[in-house]
Amino acid sequence: MDVEILARVQFAFTIAFHYIYPPLSIGLGLVIVIMEGLYLKTGNKIFEHATRFWIRIFALIFGIGVATGIIMEFEFGTNWATYSKYVGDIFGSALAAEGIFAFALESGFLGVLIFGWNRVSPKVHFFSTIMVFFGSLFSAVWIVVANSWQQTPAGFRIVGEGMNARAEITDFWVMVFNPSSVDRLLHVWIAAILAGAFMVLSVNAWYILKNKHLEIAKPSFKIALVVATVFSLLQLFVGHRSAEGVAQYQPAKLAAMEGHYDSSSSADMYLLGYVNNKKEKTSGLSIPGGLSYIIHGDFKAPVKGLHAFKPGDRPTQINTIFQSYHLMVAIGMLLILLSLFACYLWWRNKLFDRKWLMIAFVWSVLLPQLANQAGWFTAEIGRQPWVVYGLLKTSDALSKTVSANQIIFSLILFTFVYIVLFALFLFLLNRKIQHGPVDKTGKDAIEEGTKRDNPIMNHSQ
Amino acid sequence: METFLGIEFTVWWYLVFGAVISGYAILDGFDLGAGALHLFLNKEQSRRIAINAIGPIWDGNEVWLVIGGGALFAGFPVAYAAIFSAFYVPFMVFMVGLIFRAVAIEFRSKEPMLWWRKTWDVVYCVASIIISLSLGLMLGNVVAGIPLNRDKEFSGDWLSFFNPFAILVAITTLALFMMHGAIYLTMKTENRLYAKLRLLANNFTIFFVVSFVITTLYTLLYIPHLSDFFRSRPGYFLIPVCMILAIANIPRQLKRAKYRYAFLSSAATIALLLIMLALEVFPYLLYSAGSPANSITIYNAASSAKTMKILLVIALIGTPLVGIYTSFVFWTFKGKVKLDEMSY
Repeated sequence: MDVEILARVQFAFTIAFHYIYPPLSIGLGLVIVIMEGLYLKTGNKIFEHATRFWIRIFALIFGIGVATGIIMEFEFGTNWATYSKYVGDIFGSALAAEGIFAFALESGFLGVLIFGWNRVSPKVHFFSTIMVFFGSLFSAVWIVVANSWQQTPAGFRIVGEGMNARAEITDFWVMVFNPSSVDRLLHVWIAAILAGAFMVLSVNAWYILKNKHLEIAKPSFKIALVVATVFSLLQLFVGHRSAEGVAQYQPAKLAAMEGHYDSSSSADMYLLGYVNNKKEKTSGLSIPGGLSYIIHGDFKAPVKGLHAFKPGDRPTQINTIFQSYHLMVAIGMLLILLSLFACYLWWRNKLFDRKWLMIAFVWSVLLPQLANQAGWFTAEIGRQPWVVYGLLKTSDALSKTVSANQIIFSLILFTFVYIVLFALFLFLLNRKIQHGPVDKTGKDAIEEGTKRDNPIMNHSQ
Repeated sequence: METFLGIEFTVWWYLVFGAVISGYAILDGFDLGAGALHLFLNKEQSRRIAINAIGPIWDGNEVWLVIGGGALFAGFPVAYAAIFSAFYVPFMVFMVGLIFRAVAIEFRSKEPMLWWRKTWDVVYCVASIIISLSLGLMLGNVVAGIPLNRDKEFSGDWLSFFNPFAILVAITTLALFMMHGAIYLTMKTENRLYAKLRLLANNFTIFFVVSFVITTLYTLLYIPHLSDFFRSRPGYFLIPVCMILAIANIPRQLKRAKYRYAFLSSAATIALLLIMLALEVFPYLLYSAGSPANSITIYNAASSAKTMKILLVIALIGTPLVGIYTSFVFWTFKGKVKLDEMSY
C-alpha cells in the first residue's frame, strides 16, 4: 500500500483512539470541580462520596489519555518529517507552550488529587482539583491553536523553496488568534464538557435504574443535567459560528460538508442524504437553499461549490465528510432535545419516573463521543488534500525515510496494543461503576490497617 | 544573530533543551530504575510499597519528556524531524513500552488476585527495562552519529542502530537508572525492605561503574573523535573529574546511610554525564556519520530568531511555575511511603 495512505491511517487511528479520553477529562474535571465545591460549601458527605468516586474514574481516564497522548507528540516527527520541518517554527512553539503551561500543571496536581486526600487540607485539595481542570482546559487551547493554524494559517511568512521551504512566525498573537482558533476552541471545549457531563448522566441513570446508591445518584444526575443543558444549548451557537468560519475561510470544506458542486446555484441544507462523488450528485432530504440562507441570508444566493476548485485542490472523500458532518449535527440536536426534555420533567417533579428516559441516558454516553470523532473527521478529511490549508499538501508532508513496512509494523503494533488497552479500560471502568460511589467494605478494612501507622488519617475522619 | 548576555538565542535554547533532557533523565530515571529492579523484590507488600513510592509522581516526571519533545520540535524542527523519522522502529517500541508501563502501574492494584498482580509486575518491570534500553540505544546513536543524506534525513538501515557502542550506552543507561532508582527507593522505605534495597543500591552501583568504564574505554579506543573536545581544552577536564567524584561519593554516602546525599550524587552524575556528552558533540545535534557536511547542528536546525525569542519568553515564564508546583507535589509526598485507601 501507499505510504501516504498508511501514514494517514496510522495517524488517524492513534489520534482517534487518544481523543476518546482528553474530552472526558475536561468534562469530568468541570463536574468534579462543581461537586467538590458543593462539598466544601455544604459539608454534605454525599458530595464528598461523589467527588471521590469521579476522581477515581478520572484517574483511570487520565492515565490512558497520557499514555496515548505522548505518542501523538512524537508522531509528527516519525510519520510527517517534512511537515515537521515546514511548521516547526509555528506548531512547535504551541506544543512547547502546551507542555510547560498545561500538561505540567495537570499531571503535577493530579498526584495530589488522587493520593493527597489525607495529606493536604480540603481547601488545598479543592485548589488542586481546579488546577487539574485548568490544566486540561489549557492543553486544549494550545493543541487547537496549532490545528487551527493548519486550517487558517496567519501571522507567518514562507522562507526558502522546495524541500527547504518553511513557515516562520511573523506575529505570535496573530498566529495564536488566527481566524478559526477562538471558534474552534470554544467548539472543542463545549464538546468535551458534554462528553464528561453525559458520562456522569449515564452512570447515574444506570444506578437509578438499578435502584442503587440513590442518595448520591440523584443529586449527581441533576448537577450533570444542568451542565449538559447549558452547554448543549451553547454548542448550538458556537457550532454555528464555527460553520460560518469554514464558509469564509475553507469554502471547499464547506461545499464538501453539504455535497455542493455547482457554484452558480444556491446551496441546499441536508438533514439526511448521500453524495455520489462519481456522478457529482447529492440526494436526500433537504431544505432547498438552506445553506445559502445561512451564509448569505438569502435562499437564492449562489454558494461556491466543489467545481470552483481544481480536482487536485479539493477533498475527494466527499460522502465521508458529508456523513460525518451530518452525524455530528444530528447528535448535537439530539443532545439538546434529551437535556431539555429531562429538564421539563424535572420541573414537573417527574425526572426519575420514566424508565425509558433513564435507559436513553445510560446509552447517551456514546453520543458526544461519536459527535467528537465525527466532527474531527469532518475537519481533518475536509482539509485534504492540504495538511496546511493552501500551503502544504499532505502527500508532500511525509517522512521520506520511513517505508511502508515500518508504518505497517507500527500500525499492527498499535492496533494490538490499543485493543488490549481498550478492553482493560472497559473492564476497569465497569468494575469501578459496579462497585459504586460508596466504599464500605474496602474503607473499613483499610482504616484498620492505616490508622496504626498513619496518624494523619485521624484528622480527616 | 540576536544575543542575550553575550550568548546567542540559539545556544540559549540549546541550554534549555539540555536542561529539560537532564531533568527528564534525573526524574524519570529514578522511576524507570525503580521499575527495572521491581522483580528483585519478592513479597507482594514490598512490591506494592515500591510502586506507591513512585505512584504520585511518575506522571509528572514523564511530563519532562513531553516538554523535551516540544522544545526540540519548536527550537530545532529539522533535528526533531530527522531524529524521530530515523529512529522510527526503536521509538515505536519505546512508546509501546511507555504505554504498557503506565497501564501496569494503573491496573496492578485494581484486582487482588495474585496472578493478576504478578502479571502486571512482570509487564511493569520488562517495560521499564525496554524503555531504559531504547533510550540509551537512541542516545548512543545520536552521539556517535548516523548516516544522513543531503536533505538531512536518515539514509541508513535501522538494523545498524544495534552497533556495539550504542548497545554499551544502552546497558550503561539501564545500570545508571537502576542505581538511581534503588537509591530513591531506599529514601522511601523502612525496615526489611529498606535493608534489601540498600544491598541492591550497592550492587547496582557496581553494575553501573563496570558498564560505564567499559563504555568509556570503548569510546576512547574506537570513537576517538568524541574526546577531541577534552583533548584540546584541558580546562574542561574539571567536568569529568567532578563526575568521577560524584560517582565515588555514591558508595560512600550509601555506607554512611545518607541516602538523600547518595541520591543527589547520582542525580549529579546523570547531569554531568549529559553535560559531558553535550560538550563532546556541540554544536552537532545529529552528526552525520560518513558525510559530516550533512550533519545537523544547532544552527542549521534552528527555528527563526523570532520563534527563539518567543520560546525563551515561554520558558522564562513557565520554568518557575513548573518548579513551584513540582516542589509542592514532592513536598506533599515527602518521607517514607505510607499505604492508605487511595494507594495503588
